[in-house]
Amino acid sequence: MAETQIRNFNLNFGPQHPSAHGVLRLVLEMDGEIIERADPHIGLLHRGTEKLIEHKNYLQAVPYFDRLDYVSPQNQEHAFALAVEKLLGLEVPPRGQALRVLFAEIGRVLNHIFSVCTFAMDTGAMTPMLWMFEEREKLMEFCERASGARMHMNYFRPGGVAFDVPPELLDDIGAWAATFPKLIDDCETLLTENRIFKQRTVDIGVITADECFDWGFTGPNLRAAGVPWDLRKAQPYDGYERFDFDIPIGKHGDCYDRYLIRIHELRQSLRIIDQCLGDMPGGPCKSDDRKITPPRRADMKNSMEALIHHFKLYTEGYHVPAGETYTAVEAPKGEFAVYLISDGTNKPYRCKIRAPGFAHLQAMELLSKGHMLADVVANIGSLDVVFGEIDR
Amino acid sequence: MDLALQDLGEYIVGHLPDEVEENEIKLGELILSAKAEGIIKVIHFLRDDVSCQFKQLVDICGVDYPDRSPRFEVVYNLLSLVHNNRVRVKIRTDEETPVPSVTSVFSAANWWEREAWDMYGIYFSEHPDLRRILTDYGFEGHPLRKDFPLTGYVELRYDDEQKRVVYEPVKLTQEYRDFDFLSPWEGVQRMLPGDEKAGDPELAGEEAGTGGARTGTKKVGETGGGEDDNDDAEARDRKKNA
Repeated sequence: MAETQIRNFNLNFGPQHPSAHGVLRLVLEMDGEIIERADPHIGLLHRGTEKLIEHKNYLQAVPYFDRLDYVSPQNQEHAFALAVEKLLGLEVPPRGQALRVLFAEIGRVLNHIFSVCTFAMDTGAMTPMLWMFEEREKLMEFCERASGARMHMNYFRPGGVAFDVPPELLDDIGAWAATFPKLIDDCETLLTENRIFKQRTVDIGVITADECFDWGFTGPNLRAAGVPWDLRKAQPYDGYERFDFDIPIGKHGDCYDRYLIRIHELRQSLRIIDQCLGDMPGGPCKSDDRKITPPRRADMKNSMEALIHHFKLYTEGYHVPAGETYTAVEAPKGEFAVYLISDGTNKPYRCKIRAPGFAHLQAMELLSKGHMLADVVANIGSLDVVFGEIDR
Repeated sequence: MDLALQDLGEYIVGHLPDEVEENEIKLGELILSAKAEGIIKVIHFLRDDVSCQFKQLVDICGVDYPDRSPRFEVVYNLLSLVHNNRVRVKIRTDEETPVPSVTSVFSAANWWEREAWDMYGIYFSEHPDLRRILTDYGFEGHPLRKDFPLTGYVELRYDDEQKRVVYEPVKLTQEYRDFDFLSPWEGVQRMLPGDEKAGDPELAGEEAGTGGARTGTKKVGETGGGEDDNDDAEARDRKKNA
């Protein structure tokens, strides 16, 4: 028999593949159906956020953070607000902090619902998405009632939150939080012991704790490898140290563990939401430093000074003292950080956005090498990547 | 906390006197300035030393200071999970001098260095794969440099005749307005009567002092958009007079 030349096969995965979770072009070099090399080409959603922020004042920069990871917009804003507050040396009143924690956890639930359900969909389970996205919709309604926008809230401002919530909203969130554990259980009955789901995820894309450190993994993906690290516990911000919650950790660092971590974090987030609602402090929801936060509309009708402050804040904005900070929060996807450099003007000099997904996606080749093509889909789904934040 | 960081900073400088130039603590964050040639050694030390154990490289980014020489800063942010603290290492470089790549120490550095190359044009020597990462295939320039305009140079559109996407030079109906809020004379761009003498050494004479001060308040960052408006206004005035 004549010798035949066998060569590896190059496959373009994406950029319009529904399992690519957005616009990822993954160039795969395959030996038969085995992945030899995976080269993610990112940047198809690059909008130059960092450059744009350099040309906007600090308040105008907040909405850009919503549009990074559009699955959990609040948590990105949180990082920026904290960074600016650190440079300004600004204190947030207790109610502002509690409202932020509440909505940050709602953001986490939003994210984990999305992530778990799309992951399940990628591996062939359609029902979780149909059941759970209804809850996502309810949560986005809460966001709308607080801020006026379903997704891109623009709610966490330097100095506190944009407005106080309507009083009945907290009760409604409480009522929802009482019903949600049932939904998590239902979702788990569909997935956790599901034979097909387990075949697709168990021992797929295993990453050890040391490899996680090497590749800059954070968040649920790091915890799935057995590292108990959560910035909410380790470096608490906005009063997270007052809340009682646990950090779930995995054992194997495979796709299945990453799924389980997210399910458990949903329950932990609910605990935080419950505590938050049970012990919601009164008082103002934003700092009363009028050079930073705008005055109430009613004051502007009577007070000349309030009117001037309002005008100055919405034209010039506030000047932030020169300095720099690297401020990180535990976003649902991992460590989301803002490296903010101020030169004393009303615009950031440099605002580097450290997106967790950027580091996670980078390890695609490590995770996928030697696996089958179908496992690439499971890996992308379990890493929980969103291209808004990766491409920036 | 600050005290512990202070000790840590001095400890690091004590062990790497040739590589680390200074350590300081600003806003409770430890910042080390290092020499670019020694960055691999510094990062290695920070990762492996028992009292440092910065096992995670969380971020690398470039910063552009056009007025300084060398103009770029490369900033490495590291995190120690064992000691629960962070450190920031800064090195400086210019457009030509390559920075040693730290991909041999942290695999995660790969994409961040590619990003710094893409955004600022900072070279990294011995990087395994220094390609652009975020911008389009075939993109020219380094968009995060301060001298790169916000609107860029080219725009994309789908050409129906050629049946493909084409690049064209940017056409704007209105210039992007970058207002300068540092100037006390914000917005005032038009020449006031008598200002023209300031630019003319012969006419200015003794008046140079006052006239010069007024033009001095105008900042370089202001756009030409305002001036166009003023030209229109002047034209209108002329019409009225006529």
